[in-house]
Amino acid sequence: MSLDHDHVHAEHGHPWSPPSELEARVRALESLLIEKGRATPEAIDAIIGKYETEIGPLLGAGVVARAWADEEFRRRLLDDADAVLGELELSGFEAEHVKVVECTPSEHHIVVCTLCSCYPWALLGLPPGWYKSPAYRARAVSEPRAVMAEFGLVLEDGVRVTVWDSSADIRYLVLPLRPEGTEGWSEERLAELVTRDSMIGVSRPLEPEAAAA
Amino acid sequence: MADPTLELEGAAALPRSNGEPVFSAPWQSRAFGMAMALSEQGAFEWEDFRVRLIAEIADAEAAVGGPEGIEDEDGSLYYSRWLAALSAVLAERDVVASPELAGREEEFRTGVRREVY
Repeated sequence: MSLDHDHVHAEHGHPWSPPSELEARVRALESLLIEKGRATPEAIDAIIGKYETEIGPLLGAGVVARAWADEEFRRRLLDDADAVLGELELSGFEAEHVKVVECTPSEHHIVVCTLCSCYPWALLGLPPGWYKSPAYRARAVSEPRAVMAEFGLVLEDGVRVTVWDSSADIRYLVLPLRPEGTEGWSEERLAELVTRDSMIGVSRPLEPEAAAA
Repeated sequence: MADPTLELEGAAALPRSNGEPVFSAPWQSRAFGMAMALSEQGAFEWEDFRVRLIAEIADAEAAVGGPEGIEDEDGSLYYSRWLAALSAVLAERDVVASPELAGREEEFRTGVRREVY
């Protein structure tokens, strides 16, 4: 089912740019290992996740929490994320542009990369295996509400859904709705509510009760 | 189980920050994850990979006149050697033959193929 006011936003197109030699070799090796049944993307994800903590959702969560707590920061972030992230030295990983899209009570955003797996990994860490799966990449566009429901996010019919198609040039970060009951919270406490999935748009941030536990 | 990455010492030690492995690009973490996953499932002995990695790094150092000639701020050189060691170990065991890998790499490089899976 697709409500007619949902729409897909991909005006930036998706130009292909050649991978570096090392990127190409890594992709070649992984694709061959998967074909031969010697590895699965999920198993590789799991190992990386076990080791990798330096770059992770923490960086993105900090940005979201600050936007919730600081109105001026929020405005600048929505207006020119590259400049703001540059000041925080959070943009130096790749030549990429980041656009932050803000959820409101009447509009929700979900991010996908329909052609491959473009992802704001400097902010969110390594993309989860499902983000790269052909099923997610197709269904996030054709039936975003069904996909979100599978993640436990059921939107009211009146809420408009915008699907953002990431590309090598521009990557999207969802600024989720601030949970109710968090008035006066510090950025540090707020950041604990911000999950990776909520910044992709497939779920909501944690509720205050969940973080208190 | 002991952490096999801790067996990598000296020039072969992983780039780390606060004790945690760091990757400065996704391809580095994929190369890392593939080697760890294949070793865990028994495709090769970790020790064989470790020896090969040390040899690859020694070659890279020799090519620039010794360890002091190495400049590798973002770990690209380290993980390129990691990838070379992994490819070599897999080729020796007939898991992925070198010409097959080279052919697939060319497909990705030219855009003939874009999907990993």
